[in-house]
Amino acid sequence: MAIVETGSIPAAAPAAVVPRRAARSTWARVKPTVLALIVPLLLLAFWQVATTQQWTRLIPTPYAVGEYMIDFAVGGIYDDAYSATLTTHLLASMSRVYGGFALAALFALPIGILIGRVPSARMLLDPFLQVMRPIPVTAWLPLSMILFGLGAKSAFALVCLGAFYPILLNTIFGVRSVDPKLFEAASMLGCRGNAQFYKVVLPAATPSIFTGLRLGLGLAWFVIVVGEMTGVPEGLGAVIMDGRTLSRTELVICGMIVIGLAGYLSDRVVVALGNYLLRWSPNHHG
Amino acid sequence: MAESATPIVEIKGVSKVFQLQDQTIHALSGANLSINKGEFICLIGASGCGKSTLLRIMAGFDQPSSGEALMWGRPIAGPDPSRGMVFQDYALFPWLSVRANIGFGPAARGLGAAEVKQIVDKFIDLVGLAKFANAYPHQLSGGMKQRVAIARVLANDAELVLMDEPFGALDAMTRERLQDELLDIWERTKLTVVFVTHAVEEAILLANRVVVMTPGPGRIESDNMLDLPRPRDVASPEFNAIRRVLSAKLHSHHGKKAA
Repeated sequence: MAIVETGSIPAAAPAAVVPRRAARSTWARVKPTVLALIVPLLLLAFWQVATTQQWTRLIPTPYAVGEYMIDFAVGGIYDDAYSATLTTHLLASMSRVYGGFALAALFALPIGILIGRVPSARMLLDPFLQVMRPIPVTAWLPLSMILFGLGAKSAFALVCLGAFYPILLNTIFGVRSVDPKLFEAASMLGCRGNAQFYKVVLPAATPSIFTGLRLGLGLAWFVIVVGEMTGVPEGLGAVIMDGRTLSRTELVICGMIVIGLAGYLSDRVVVALGNYLLRWSPNHHG
Repeated sequence: MAESATPIVEIKGVSKVFQLQDQTIHALSGANLSINKGEFICLIGASGCGKSTLLRIMAGFDQPSSGEALMWGRPIAGPDPSRGMVFQDYALFPWLSVRANIGFGPAARGLGAAEVKQIVDKFIDLVGLAKFANAYPHQLSGGMKQRVAIARVLANDAELVLMDEPFGALDAMTRERLQDELLDIWERTKLTVVFVTHAVEEAILLANRVVVMTPGPGRIESDNMLDLPRPRDVASPEFNAIRRVLSAKLHSHHGKKAA
């Protein structure tokens, strides 16, 4: 028996490949942006065609909406009741979104941890919450107005309700699905009993809890229009409802765009924060 | 071998029965084993022979159904830092850096930050991971993760290191390196090691005593002292002679079960 060496590995790839690779890396860098813009641009083109061809007379052209958006933001074009009020409405909505979200987290986190870790708390609360969960926020609108009155308090409550369940469910899931080996590892290292809650359960549950908070904040933006149907004077939802009543479609579309962008930016901030805080987690880079 | 007054671990008539739905599983039946300080014991056997169950009982993760497990003559009631476990799938804390994983035990014992740092520095050097002190487990290779797991147990002053197929998930080259490193650590620190494996070769390479276990019900088949000089050569005739004997013992139950 003999061992035969089968020659060395072929020399490095020819130099001609290098420029092509450089070109590809430029494309690789702009590719996500280019691909992300295709669908919105197609939609915009369709909108342009549909309005200039007068397939509908009720929707203004993209240009008219763009112009109105500028007026809505800084004023100086139409100078009506909504000119230069974007910041006011955005801040009003943001305060409800973040306030309602914070309140939801304040309740959902401890309740979720309790349900996840204490069996009798699960038996006590889980069936009730599972029945309440499918009831949409819109269905709560009339009751909310009776309980909290017309206005900001009611909007706040509805946003809070919208954000509550995703935070709750992900918290329960997070604290329940800790790898049992980690409890064994902790206990053989001398960390037992209640100390394991802080040293093992909470850190192990953070990716799940974080996902819940992210979904909850997304839903808070989602339900803000319903929340502001309760007769608040300021807020993006209120603007959209006013636009509907006054048949000012451009106002409705401006409100929609601002909510979309604000929700998106808010989510990006949360994702960036998550990527930093959860940098230890291999499957948590959104 | 010099017999010390009390063995570090004594297993006396230990049985373990699990109820799985309506089936009763005899994972371990009437095991007796006495381990002296400083020994390197390998438990070998096919799956279902109770070797992991025995190890878990020594760790205190499971309690025997009958019989008793003692450490320094006192019953093993639960997990304790004096008995460190190295798991096959590492079980590192993914949210902690290498440094913090190794410092977990000392910190849990309430040592001050400066003292913890000193201990961590020592053991991080021992396993050669100084360059990766601030990395997270998911950034490490399997071999590096297992080094962290070993350092974590040593940093906690474990007298007895229990290892459950620790190198089973590693590639052959990494496994050989870690086997060498483990022997080196064992010789320098005079730890007592109980090492579970299903590989006869690994057992002969590492152990000064090989306990062969057979399944159905799980029991100790034989207890073999090895006086092969170290470093051991897997290609030597002596090594292979022992391998033949142990392999025969390992498969001795087949005759009984077949036919």
